[in-house]
Amino acid sequence: MTSHALPLPNSTEPRLAGDLAIWFFIMAELLAFAVFFAAYAFTRAAHVEEFNLAQQALNRNAGAINTLLLLTGSAFVVRAVQGALAGEARRAAPWMLAAIASGVTFLVVKMVEYSAAFDHGVSLSSSTFDMFYLSLTFFHFMHVILGLVILSVLWLGLRAGRYGPHNMNGLESGAAYWHMVDLLWLILFPLVYVIH
Amino acid sequence: MSFTENVAAGSHGTPAGTFRHWLVLIVATLLTWQLGESRGGGLLTAIILGIAMIKGAVIAFDFMALRHAPLLWRCLLGGWLVLVCSLIGLAYWKGITP
Repeated sequence: MTSHALPLPNSTEPRLAGDLAIWFFIMAELLAFAVFFAAYAFTRAAHVEEFNLAQQALNRNAGAINTLLLLTGSAFVVRAVQGALAGEARRAAPWMLAAIASGVTFLVVKMVEYSAAFDHGVSLSSSTFDMFYLSLTFFHFMHVILGLVILSVLWLGLRAGRYGPHNMNGLESGAAYWHMVDLLWLILFPLVYVIH
Repeated sequence: MSFTENVAAGSHGTPAGTFRHWLVLIVATLLTWQLGESRGGGLLTAIILGIAMIKGAVIAFDFMALRHAPLLWRCLLGGWLVLVCSLIGLAYWKGITP
């Protein structure tokens, strides 16, 4: 009866929300992104003028709108988790759907931004800044896609009433992954779009 | 089902608390957005990184519920946030000092 060994989500004992394995995965992802962020920042230090000039061509409004979308999506995910924890998984399902809609809108905004950038000749080889901009944001973009697949699975599970106060592990693990995608963007946005 | 519906506090907080966290995150983002329009510089970079660190902490400790996690995990995620923002700050400092 290993299920009794772990504190339940409503207990006051310290507990990690979700599977231990997903947290190892999250740490691995965070460290990989940390290397990319540092690579960008230290390369920029040697090419400040070039990076500042190229950054002006970025659509900062699209980046900021996408930040608002991810933050709102994350809040919706928390709301869905709270609903399931209160034993109302089916009623909480629309929150997850709202989070998915936020994520899909993020992808649409990003694709519009990419399309305009490509029209202006931005490519992996057009400049060092462009190489970083495209690879960092596209690496993150792929994480958003995986996150949306995970949220869709969770949404179906909520609709089926699969999650509840005694079965939160899958929901909390998927939610933690989505919040990580948000967390990474919270560093990526100021780093690439704002600081100059 | 309203966003701030009354739900008993578990390790994922209450809807009203989540709404307040969301509001802080949105205001912080609007501030960063606005700061991006200004001329730049060391102080501005420090402020923007400080805001990013606060936002990251809200996501990690409240949305990811790490506030209720064992100390090791709070240190790991918190440490990542401090490390990344410090490295970025250090690199920018390097960029503005001859």
